[in-house]
Parts: sequence; structure tokens; C-alpha cells
Amino acid sequence: MEVTLSVNGEPVTRDVEARLLLVHFLRDELGLTGTHWGCDTSNCGSCVVLYDDEPVKSCTVLTAMAGGHDVRTVEDLEQDEVLDPVQQGFMECHGLQCGFCTPGMLMSARALLDRDPDPSEDVIREAISGQICRCTGYASIVRSVRWAAVHPEGRSEA
Amino acid sequence: MQVPAPIEYERATSVEHAIGLLTRLGDEARLIAGGHSLLPMMKLRLANPEYLIDINDLHGQLSYIDIGATRVRIGAMTRHRELLESVALAEVCPIFRDAERVIADPPVRNRGTLGGALCQADPSEDLSSVCTTLDASCVIRGRDGERVVSMDDFHRGPYETAVRHDEMLIEVRIPMRPHGSSAYAKVDRRAGDWAVAAAGAALWLDEHGTIADARVGLAAVGPNTTGIPAISEALRGRAPGEDAWTEAAAIAEAACRPVTDSRGSADYKRHLAGELTRRTLRTAWERVVAWR
Ligand SMILES: Cc1cc2nc3c(=O)[nH]c(=O)nc-3n(C[C@H](O)[C@H](O)[C@H](O)COP(=O)(O)OP(=O)(O)OC[C@H]3O[C@@H](n4cnc5c(N)ncnc54)[C@H](O)[C@@H]3O)c2cc1C
Ligand code: FES
Ligand code: FES
Repeated sequence: MEVTLSVNGEPVTRDVEARLLLVHFLRDELGLTGTHWGCDTSNCGSCVVLYDDEPVKSCTVLTAMAGGHDVRTVEDLEQDEVLDPVQQGFMECHGLQCGFCTPGMLMSARALLDRDPDPSEDVIREAISGQICRCTGYASIVRSVRWAAVHPEGRSEA
Repeated sequence: MQVPAPIEYERATSVEHAIGLLTRLGDEARLIAGGHSLLPMMKLRLANPEYLIDINDLHGQLSYIDIGATRVRIGAMTRHRELLESVALAEVCPIFRDAERVIADPPVRNRGTLGGALCQADPSEDLSSVCTTLDASCVIRGRDGERVVSMDDFHRGPYETAVRHDEMLIEVRIPMRPHGSSAYAKVDRRAGDWAVAAAGAALWLDEHGTIADARVGLAAVGPNTTGIPAISEALRGRAPGEDAWTEAAAIAEAACRPVTDSRGSADYKRHLAGELTRRTLRTAWERVVAWR
């Protein structure tokens, strides 16, 4: 079936199987492999993308359902070679080790800061609670998001 | 990698359209709302529908929380997040916010719906207990019009409801009575997980401060425990307080039928059923008193 949706601000139309999950569409059809896929049970959150501006697990949405909607992936965070403050924050505060969970974490962090520019640690922990990180123990992720909150313009000394 | 089996997909443009498609396509067609119960089951091939009828375009029409003097109406497509964030709903039925805080996680709550949760009727699902505790009824629409059934009649058992294959849940209605409040408590192993055990309680006082009515519903501790009518019988006419909560807790422990699994032993869950019953009744009562 033919599906048209917006991905990172660009309309895309593809002929897909109705059963195709959005995560596989992004990775395999569009080559946007920044969005990761880590489980079959909707638990890990490495597939989180923004769907009409809110975090959603792209492994639990059919591409067909996303027709007519706006999807934003981690590839869209960097603009004109400037990292998004959340990306910069993960760099400054060691918010990642292996990086597998990072795209989902970044997208949830971006959505959180768009709604609440100054979230407390507890609010950050709640916002990323649907996402598993097996490396960092989360503390550095929380610090990274706080860094982004304190530096809404991103890196200034460049 | 687990993916759903091949399917045909169509979007419903209205409730009538959805019911028409269900009628025409028969048993092999399923509605998909948030998809956060159905798609995981399709990946596991525990559900193998041939046709999916997507009702997300009906979100605008079927997501509402309408608070009236004598009842609250909530549309079936209202998402978990909308239930969580409604300040007005938390004021009249705080049990919803208590429960939604601990249902799944933020991305799942952005998709999952009230209607999907109730129609899934998973024995560990939280909103069936919430709605039974609140004495809610469900508005079901079919080709020949609407019928309204109580939660007791709606929730037939694990994965089974009163909704026939060519019908759709439209709305949940909650009666409002004076001098009442409610609460929910859940024990889970980690953030966002299903309950090890959970309990909801609602309590109404009469003008003398005596318990006019009380209701308790449990989740994850066996089939047919979304409501425990024996607790209502034991508490009506009693003075609120620790003696009453202890008696209710004992009834909950006796009425539940948990099984040992990776989330905990049957004994532990039974203990939780009692303890959470005690705590939620206590909280509901404290909330009524705080309001007066
Ligand atoms: C990781 C994860 C954790 C979760 N944790 C919890 C938890 O802690 N507690 C909890 O309670 N739930 C939990 N859930 C379940 C989640 O809340 C689901 O979203 C919800 O149970 C189903 O809602 P849905 O809209 O996604 O339904 P869907 O998956 O779309 O549908 C479920 C079923 O209901 C039917 N249906 C849907 N809408 C209607 C309607 N209006 N009329 C008739 N039939 C309908 C569908 O045909 C299907 O059979 C979790 C889910 C996930 C993925
Ligand atoms: S891939 Fe694990 S939640 Fe989506
Ligand atoms: S950095 Fe390795 S899983 Fe999070």
C-alpha cells in the first residue's frame, strides 16, 4: 500500500507492506539507521522517535498508521552542522558509552525540553523511564539533559 | 526479529464506518487503537488478524473527558497521557492519576488508549480495576445502536469482554456521588513494568461520616478480581478507620488467586493484595476528609 508521511520535515511516499513497522521503514526503506531497534517487546525504547512532536516507540507503530503524521528522528537534531543542545550535553557529560540507547534518549530529552525547559532530575528520570540503558547507570544521562537545560543555546565557546 | 504476519489495513473515518467494516469483514478483522497491546501480540503471533481497522483518525471525536455533576464521561480513544494530565479528572477521580503515573512509560502512554486497555482485558491491566472500582459502565455501539453495560458485565475474564466482534467501545461513564474519593496503588519490579499486584479503592461517606459505600478492585492477582464485592458488603455502614481497612485487607487476601511467576510468589502477591487494599482505602478516606 502507498503511504505518505513527513520524516524530518520532508514528505516521503513509499509503497510498503501494511505490516511494516515504522522502525524498519525508517531504517531499511529510508536508510535512517540512527533510530535503533533493540527488542521485540516494546520495552527497550531505543526506537523512540518523535511522532507529532511526542516520543513514541517506533517498533510499536505500523508505517501505515504513521501516514499523514510527522516523524522526527535523531538525524534531524543536528542543524547546519551545529549539534542540538541535548547532543552537546551528552558529549559534555558523558551521557553515552556504547551509544545504543542514545538516539531514543536524545529524542525523549528533546521532547521533554520543548515542553519543560527547566526539568528537575526527577522529571528527567520519569521522561526516560521507558528506555533502557545498559551502560551508564542513567546518572550521566540525567546530567546531560540538565546540561542541555542550562545551555539552551548549546555550546557557546566555539 | 519478530514482525506481524501479513495484513490488510484500512482507516476508519467514522464510528459507523468502523462498525460497517467489522461487520463486512467478519471475525478476521480487528480494530487497532494505540496498538500497544495488539502489535506486541501480533509480533508474537498470538494475534493473527487478517484485517486491521485503524481507529486513530477518530481520536478527535472519541477523546474527551467530560465532567458533569452526576457523572464523568470519557471517550474510548482518550490516551493514557491525556488521562494522566487531566487536572479536572484528578480532582474528581484521583484514582486515575494514581494509576496512570504507574501504567507503562511515557512513550507507551502517548499511544495506548482507555478503550484499548479495557478491551484487551489483560488480567494485569490497571484500568479495568480502576473502572470497576469506580462502578463505571461502558457504552458499546453496534449496527443496531448502543448498549450500556456495567464493568462487571463488560469484563468477562482474562482477554474477554462483552464487546462482540462487530461492535466498538465508545465511552466509559463514571457515576459521581457526593463525599467520595478514590486511590490506586501498585507494586512493580521496575519503572514502567506491569504490576506484581495492584489495588484501587473508592469510598463514600454519609452525612455522619460513616461509610456509605466502598469498592475495591485488584489487578494481577487472578481472574475476576477487578472488583471484590464482599469488601463493599463488609464496609457499608461501618466507621472508617484501621479496623475497617484491616477487615477489607483480609477479604482481599482471601478473594484473590495469584500465581507464582517471575514477578513474585503467590504468597507475596497475596500479601500485597491485602496491604494495597488497606493503603488505598486509607488514602481514599484521607482524601474525602481533606476535601470536606
Ligand atoms: C511496554 C509496555 C508496558 C505496559 N505496561 C502496562 C501497565 O503497567 N499497565 C497497564 O494497564 N497496561 C500496560 N501496557 C498496555 C498499554 O497500556 C496498552 O496501550 C493498552 O493496554 C492497550 O491500549 P491500546 O490503545 O494500545 O490498544 P490496542 O493494542 O490498539 O488494542 C487492544 C485490543 O482492544 C481492541 N480495541 C481497541 N480499542 C477498541 C474499541 N474502542 N472498541 C473495541 N475494541 C477495541 C483491539 O481490537 C485489540 O483487540 C503496557 C504496554 C507496553 C507495550
Ligand atoms: S525496539 Fe525496543 S522498544 Fe522499540
Ligand atoms: S550507552 Fe550503552 S545502552 Fe546506553
